[in-house]
Amino acid sequence: MALTYQAIATTTVGSGGAANIEFTSIPGTYTDLYILYSLRSNNASVFDNIIFTVNNSTSTYNERLLYGDGSSAASAIPGGGRTSNIQFLYTNGANATSNTFANGSIYIPNYAGSTYKSISFDSVTENNATSAIAALNAGIWSTTSAITSIKLTGNNSTNFVQHSTATLYGIKNTV
Amino acid sequence: MTETLTKIIVDCSTKQETIVPLTAEEIAQREIDAEYFAEMQAQEEAQAQAKAQAKASAEAKLAALGLTADEIAALSK
Repeated sequence: MALTYQAIATTTVGSGGAANIEFTSIPGTYTDLYILYSLRSNNASVFDNIIFTVNNSTSTYNERLLYGDGSSAASAIPGGGRTSNIQFLYTNGANATSNTFANGSIYIPNYAGSTYKSISFDSVTENNATSAIAALNAGIWSTTSAITSIKLTGNNSTNFVQHSTATLYGIKNTV
Repeated sequence: MTETLTKIIVDCSTKQETIVPLTAEEIAQREIDAEYFAEMQAQEEAQAQAKAQAKASAEAKLAALGLTADEIAALSK
């Protein structure tokens, strides 16, 4: 990874599982943020979705989704205008091949600036069978506040399981 | 016994990690989100089923007109 990337914080879910992973008090000293995750939920499905929010906000989000699931590809405007969070990035569910985890990345440029925050998501589930999903998601949080916290939530009232990890990187445009 | 839902909070200024129970608001929001997602999935499944039924119906009508299976397949390529 380039020298301009710096790991700000990382976490690994313990044996009890976790409903949310939350990074708080994010310093405003970088130009961009980047999250890499390896996650699996205990939802009884092959893949599950993750809810993304920042600053504990439940408004002004929008997303556009492009995905393929092994048999078809499609694009969508999830929620038809629902703005309470970003909801269509993906993780493995409990019915995916045992001991496999989805991986994904979240890129947030200019997170500390005073313009709206565009966010890109890239997620891939892992499954040794036909059904799996790859998704690209373009999101925006139409608020001018700096991002100081980020929350990833397991949807469908599920937990992220043990060994799931997420790491938050800060990116500077100088070495 | 009801499971206590917890979250991991990583404070980036101190690097300290804490595990705390979800707030009542967070639990309520989870339920709203789960309902919404189930609704979205049901809509997607209904749309896929309607599309498959329309395709099967169209193929049956074409077969009734005398087209072979290969000819019908060629139409959708």
